[in-house]
Amino acid sequence: MIPRSPPPREFTQSTPAKQQGALAWLHLDLPLISGLVLLCGFGLIVLYSASDQSMAQVERQLIRLGLAFIVMVVMAQVPPQQLRRWSPWLFGAGILMLIAVLIFGHTGKGAQRWLDLGLFRFQPSELMKLAVPMMVAWFLSSARLPPDWRRLLIAALLITVPVLMIAKQPDLGTSLLIASAGIFVLFLAGVRWRLIIGFMALLAALAPALWYLMRDYQRQRVLTFLNPESDPLGAGYHIIQSKIAIGSGGIYGKGWLNGTQSHLDFLPESSTDFIFAVLAEEFGLIGILALLSIYLFIILRGLYIATQAHDSYDRLLGGALTLVVFVYLFVNTGMVTGLLPVVGVPLPLVSYGGTSLVTIMAGFGILMSIHTHRKLLPT
Amino acid sequence: MATTKRKKRAIQAQQQTVLELPGYTGRRRMLLGLLSLALIALVARAVDQHVLERDFLQHEGERRHLRIVEIPAHRGMITDRNGEPLAMSTPVDSIWANPRLLKPDGETLAQLEKILGKNQDDLRRLLARYSDRAFIYLKRRANPDVAAQIMALAQVRKLSGIGLKREFRRYYPGGEVFAHVIGFTDVDDVGIEGMEMAYDEWLAGKAGAKRVIRDGHSNIVKDVEGIRAPNPGKTLVLSLDRRLQYLAYRELKAAVVRHKARSGSVVILDTRNGEVLAMVNQPSYNPNGSRDSRGGVLRNRALIDVFEPGSTMKPFAVTTAMELGQITPSTLIDTRPGILQVGRAEVKDHHNYGVLDVAGVIRKSSNVGVSKIALDLPQEELWKAYSRLGFGQASSASFPGESAGQLAPYRRWAKIDQATLSFGYGISVTPLQLAQAYSVLAADGVLYPVSLLRQEQPPEGRRVMSSATAVAMRRMLESVVSAEGTAPAAAVARYRVAGKTGTVKKSIAGGYAEDRYLAVFVGLAPASSPRLAMVVMLNEPSAGEFYGGQVAAPVFSRIMAGALRLLNIAPDALETPGVRLAGGMVQP
Repeated sequence: MIPRSPPPREFTQSTPAKQQGALAWLHLDLPLISGLVLLCGFGLIVLYSASDQSMAQVERQLIRLGLAFIVMVVMAQVPPQQLRRWSPWLFGAGILMLIAVLIFGHTGKGAQRWLDLGLFRFQPSELMKLAVPMMVAWFLSSARLPPDWRRLLIAALLITVPVLMIAKQPDLGTSLLIASAGIFVLFLAGVRWRLIIGFMALLAALAPALWYLMRDYQRQRVLTFLNPESDPLGAGYHIIQSKIAIGSGGIYGKGWLNGTQSHLDFLPESSTDFIFAVLAEEFGLIGILALLSIYLFIILRGLYIATQAHDSYDRLLGGALTLVVFVYLFVNTGMVTGLLPVVGVPLPLVSYGGTSLVTIMAGFGILMSIHTHRKLLPT
Repeated sequence: MATTKRKKRAIQAQQQTVLELPGYTGRRRMLLGLLSLALIALVARAVDQHVLERDFLQHEGERRHLRIVEIPAHRGMITDRNGEPLAMSTPVDSIWANPRLLKPDGETLAQLEKILGKNQDDLRRLLARYSDRAFIYLKRRANPDVAAQIMALAQVRKLSGIGLKREFRRYYPGGEVFAHVIGFTDVDDVGIEGMEMAYDEWLAGKAGAKRVIRDGHSNIVKDVEGIRAPNPGKTLVLSLDRRLQYLAYRELKAAVVRHKARSGSVVILDTRNGEVLAMVNQPSYNPNGSRDSRGGVLRNRALIDVFEPGSTMKPFAVTTAMELGQITPSTLIDTRPGILQVGRAEVKDHHNYGVLDVAGVIRKSSNVGVSKIALDLPQEELWKAYSRLGFGQASSASFPGESAGQLAPYRRWAKIDQATLSFGYGISVTPLQLAQAYSVLAADGVLYPVSLLRQEQPPEGRRVMSSATAVAMRRMLESVVSAEGTAPAAAVARYRVAGKTGTVKKSIAGGYAEDRYLAVFVGLAPASSPRLAMVVMLNEPSAGEFYGGQVAAPVFSRIMAGALRLLNIAPDALETPGVRLAGGMVQP
């Protein structure tokens, strides 16, 4: 059922020309798709162990992955010009839905994130993960780059409004990801160094003010991050257990299904946000390096696609979407290893759960579309 | 204007072809640099945790899931002399909770309370009060069905922070019959009364230890290794005979009820080695239930309470004089007129018995006669004789709380003290001490240390009286249990019985009560070669009869008859026609 030794066969063998043709016809990028399949395969293996060998859980995840891959393929068919035209409409719809969520959204686990659409529940903040970078890229690329002061301010506003709305739900993780996506677009559009440095300084200066805006549990998380041992049974519990899990893996790990921290239920959220710790305990440093290598490969491929784009919209969007995946990775692993405070960000394509999966894969679909719909121009 | 401007700008932007796009070489480098930095941070962190902190973190992990837990040890059994269990430990489960983890919803809480037999909100309050603790007991030594129900509920509701701990419950099959001798243990299985306390070290097991793997909910998932096997406590074999104990208890209880006595005790000794074969008291209690300690029910009166022995002391004043050669059984004593002036005090008899021989003094229980004998003795000799018989000192039973009784030093005796000591006033003894002194008469003058444990080796006796004196006194005591004596009711069919009655006025503040008595009978059987010595004592019989011969002697007779039969002791009396026998039965 589960692929025991990634990578799957068809990607290790030399690809027949016919298959290449099929991939090209489907607007798919072979290196990117190989990396994604490898990553998902590895993720399923870890999930099987983290879920206490629950085949049902693995199957559910497999179904979600399949769905996400379909979304990716669909997105790859949409030419970037089309996306560009849709950008403002998508953004507008997203903002409206965020307003709707704030007014009569569905509350789950203490946060108001869901919109009940009768048939299914929808999380508008997920849509915004794509819509915000699209909108900013659309806006900035509609004039000459690098943008001037006025356009920069408007772009900043386009980012801040949805981010604040999502932070109010409250969903700190998602708002952080969306903010970073927007900022990446600004950065790639060539904002001046002085501005970037000034912005950083402003953020640092605002940090104390941010403290007052935070909710109690968020403050607690920051305090716990600074000193997890202060309350080892309460707030620091997650982080201490996770550190122990990672460290006790050693270089080679305890072996698949042999992790004690996760199997004895000491490690909380072992199949979702903290799945990295399970991987680290069972596969050791080697496993972590392997995982990071796969991510690095995917991210570098994404950046390469962005640099090869023939259009500034494509380039800005492609770069931002790729970098957001890196932010996911960094925030999650940073949290699990205790480098960063606890923020609910999943390990992309590995953590159990479906909502972010679809968005991330849609992003990769866009990247593939950008790469395969290039106007072949003489260089 | 504005629209055309915007259009113009859009056209301009589109005209910015790939060749004209800003290269951002510096930007690209910076991006890659930042990416590398972040990756390096992650990898460095991983290396740090996996390689450098590995030992520490691995140790921390083991500290969390590897635990050493105690394996409780069985407490030793207490049996009677024939191996019949009198106290045993059965494994039971105690229900514990970790209030930091146990967070039941309202309905579950109500169900838990119901199963545990607690009132509404009791459990909620308990959990709230100890919310910072990691371990509290919800119920010690729960019934098996309660433990099973709790665990089933915990499973269904997926509760964490609740579990069972193996413990042992002490069970006493002998109940109230053996309660005083055996005592009981406290909630932590430590003996706090009776033999349970006296031999706690012998009975207590030594807990073992094992290493286990625990999960995050404190449940033991797997045993890893045993570190130390539990060392169960040793079995304690008492000298008591279960059959005699039940018999004595039944008869004593019936007599206490019939005579409306406040309390009572019976002690049976094996005269050949000092073993206590039975020791019962009234009132008693059920050691298995909730103990109500009111009214002194917990006290083992047979060796904790002291009383003035009264006439039952007379034989020892007489044997002392016989040992010194001052009298023989046939020496005549003039007890007329039934009153003897000693200094300013006087000693009285019930009747004027006239001139009696020594045997007659014992048979009629003449206070005047025995006083005359005692007053001719050196004080020191009487004191020494009493001491040698064990009066005024704790016995060798080594029972917690045992009394030594009181025997004042002879230098402080007044003349009248010497006289009253001969008929058992001014001295206090326990029923066990009295039985021990009579067993000396039975054992031909040898005192065997009394014991509540079965003696594997015949104990070393100590001669405290010549054999001839002891045998002579037994003969005199046999006449007490005759139609002419004070206790014909103590007779046992087909056995010869020797014994002495005592009807003791109870001492109260400032003197003696006129209407409160102790009825005592001490006897030996079979008198030709006694095997058993028995004391029957009833405190304040208040249903009319109060003489030792009326109240205590029949109890003696019934218990002794049963005991002799149970122990298969050969009869030593031929069936003589017309002899009045126990229970008023007349043999043809």
